[in-house]
Amino acid sequence: METEPPLERAEAFRPWHTPSPREDCCPARRPILRALDVTVSYGGTTALRNVSLGINRGCITAIVGPSGCGKSTFLMSLNRMTDLVGSASVIGDIRLDEQPVLGDAVDLLALRRRVGLIAQRPNPFPLSIRRNMTFPLREHGVRDRARQTEIMEECLHRVGLWTEVRDRLDRPALGLSGGQQQRLCLARALALEPEVLLLDEPCSALDPMASAIIEGLIEELRGRYTIVIVTHNLAQARRIADDMALFWATDGVGTLVEAGTAEQLFTRPCEALTRAYVSGMRG
Amino acid sequence: MTTREATAPRGASAAPPRRRGDRLAAILVWAVATLVAGVLLWIVLDLLRHGLVHLGHAFLLEAPRDAGRAGGIAPVLATTGLILAVTLAVAVPLGLASAILLSEFIRRGSAFAQFVRRSLEVLAGVPSIVFGLFGNALFVHYFGMGYSVAAGGLTLACMVLPLFVRASEEALRAVPDDYRRAAAGLGLTRFAAVRSVLLPVALPGILVALVLSVGRALAEAAALLFTSGYVMRMPESLADSGRTLAIHVYELAMNVPGGEGNAYATAIVLLGLLLLINLGTALIGRHVLVRTGE
Amino acid sequence: MSPARTERAVVWSLRGAALAAAAIVGLIVALLLVESIPAIRNLALRLVTDSGWYPAPAATDGSFRITPMVVGTLLITAGAVVIAAPLGLASALFCRFFAPPGVAAIYRRLVELLAGIPGVIYGFWGLVVLVPLISALRPPGASVLTAIVVLALMILPTVALLSESALRDVPQRHLQAAAALGLSRWGTIAGVALPAARSGIVTAVILATGRAIGETLAVVMVVGNIVQIPSSLLQPARALTGNIALEMGYASGDHRSALFFSGLILLVLVMLLTALAAWLRGDEHDHA
Repeated sequence: METEPPLERAEAFRPWHTPSPREDCCPARRPILRALDVTVSYGGTTALRNVSLGINRGCITAIVGPSGCGKSTFLMSLNRMTDLVGSASVIGDIRLDEQPVLGDAVDLLALRRRVGLIAQRPNPFPLSIRRNMTFPLREHGVRDRARQTEIMEECLHRVGLWTEVRDRLDRPALGLSGGQQQRLCLARALALEPEVLLLDEPCSALDPMASAIIEGLIEELRGRYTIVIVTHNLAQARRIADDMALFWATDGVGTLVEAGTAEQLFTRPCEALTRAYVSGMRG
Repeated sequence: MTTREATAPRGASAAPPRRRGDRLAAILVWAVATLVAGVLLWIVLDLLRHGLVHLGHAFLLEAPRDAGRAGGIAPVLATTGLILAVTLAVAVPLGLASAILLSEFIRRGSAFAQFVRRSLEVLAGVPSIVFGLFGNALFVHYFGMGYSVAAGGLTLACMVLPLFVRASEEALRAVPDDYRRAAAGLGLTRFAAVRSVLLPVALPGILVALVLSVGRALAEAAALLFTSGYVMRMPESLADSGRTLAIHVYELAMNVPGGEGNAYATAIVLLGLLLLINLGTALIGRHVLVRTGE
Repeated sequence: MSPARTERAVVWSLRGAALAAAAIVGLIVALLLVESIPAIRNLALRLVTDSGWYPAPAATDGSFRITPMVVGTLLITAGAVVIAAPLGLASALFCRFFAPPGVAAIYRRLVELLAGIPGVIYGFWGLVVLVPLISALRPPGASVLTAIVVLALMILPTVALLSESALRDVPQRHLQAAAALGLSRWGTIAGVALPAARSGIVTAVILATGRAIGETLAVVMVVGNIVQIPSSLLQPARALTGNIALEMGYASGDHRSALFFSGLILLVLVMLLTALAAWLRGDEHDHA
């Protein structure tokens, strides 16, 4: 489906050129998360170089690009999940509401509560559905059982899972279908009331039906949460994204090609590479 | 949305107690680790401090005098070596045959494989004193061997068998299937493949199994008390009774007042041998890694 | 002989060897049973009702109450497990979650080393170091408590190494999910890692319990070996294993048979524990 750009074009492309979203297109947009010159490397091998990108509050930002272009790496760096990879180092500056995200002084637990992450493969804990929902809440200071139950019920409602699981809340979460598991993970993240939700190809491991449900949910969350979604699926990006960023890999190093409103990238991209990539959908 | 905010956990207590829990857990766990490391050091240093003075090559080469209070441990070392030889002479062929059968000739889930594996698993859990009773009844009395190196070695062979079978079965299973396919492609029988391809390739792993078994046998004492006995003379044949290093430590410490000094020194020798074995398995393991290029 | 016939002969001899290996455990049970028959026939309930343990070759000449030894074994085992289980688990958590990688590697080596120290050396150390220390607290020093401490040290590496491997088997994605939710380290351990590794940890403790029940010389060397039901942890006692080790050398007749019977008790206890561990493991596989 996606057409590869001619090789010369890719080589002519200058990786350090990092356009930021055009504020003039949508003056109401205010970034909540801002990455400045972010470079990520794994044990000396650079995976992502000099990315500067603003994520607008309340919008859905889609990050697209071919495999291995550093999309997921960028996403992981936004809530420091990169720290879990021992050899990873992130340099540059990332700000959440003007407060630094990188650096030793940052309270990682608080950061990750504010910036939640939904993984590609659904990853509920090997516990009951109820425990999956309530135990992170308790960890984050909600001790009251009744309140935990209330939040659990509400969040399960919001992901459309309540009627499906209400009778088996104490059964293992791993007994749910893939789509249900992913919705449970979404509900689990929502229960912590994050400000930003990072979604790493949340539909890629699911069948089309389940995928459509998740996509619908993401749209419903627009405005209440800031959402960053990494996706392979340009059609999906076009359907749900307000903003979009295209990443590309040159010699194995990911860079940001172009960012802006989705509308702009799809209809009048500045970069030839963007035009070639988005036209893959039409072609 | 407003109701949502009312239930949001952000309203919860500002500094959650989880931080305190985290720090407490870290302190406790570090304390335990320090304690464990400290006890190991204590044991080793105590042995070295009291035992090194008695240790020298004379200690290894001389016969014990005065019930073991003075002199060396030459006959004890010889007995230990002989018992180990008997143990390996029995356990290796029997164990290797079982391991080859389990890994190469019968399906993993077959009833016979399950039966053998379960039996060996239970055997692995049998307390060593029970092995001692068993060896005493079967080898010493029914077979009429009396307290002897042979009876002790046979008893230990039964004891280390499960360990040896499991470790060598694993070594055989670790051989890539490509070799089996290649051998089959050349029209070799499975036994020929085992003999000329699989065993040589799995040899380092089988050596590790062997060394582990030796370690287990060296450390054993309870199973030998009533099979090989605790005579201190130099054994002249497998029919003679004799004591191993571990039993020598026990006898000197428990039944010979004033025997502590040589008990310390013997314990160092025993621990040193076990350390060498530990090192041996590590070296063999490294050799395997280098050879397979992993 | 044709290759096919050679092969068949080889397979049958391998089967013979494996059968022999598998038969050992049956042989042990059978022999212990046979040797216990005189005790079962001549003593039976007297093993519990007799006034004390004053064994003699003929049942009528002695008294054969093994209850104190059974109590001793259970008491020492329980005490050792109660100490070793939490400490061993903490050691495993230290390696897996708290120590920097270099320290964890060294520490693991150290625990493996502890696991390799023979029981006799633990017992000897207990005899020359711990007994005088505890004796200073309250004589005679050789006591149930000393045995518990020595035995706890001995089985701690078993708990630590097996629990650590169970913790290592917890899938990485569970830990990632916990991190993504901003859970604290302890929250991740208590809420995710320990529940996920539960059956492995329980198995570790059960296997360690089996080791503790069966340990002989380390206990004999520090427990004092007086046949009595101890009224405090600082009093000496005698374990079933130790009783066998101390008396087999001269026992005959019904006395010898009673010792085999106590061996049978030990064997049955340990087999029950092994079966329990196997059952738990099977249970786990069903879930996976």
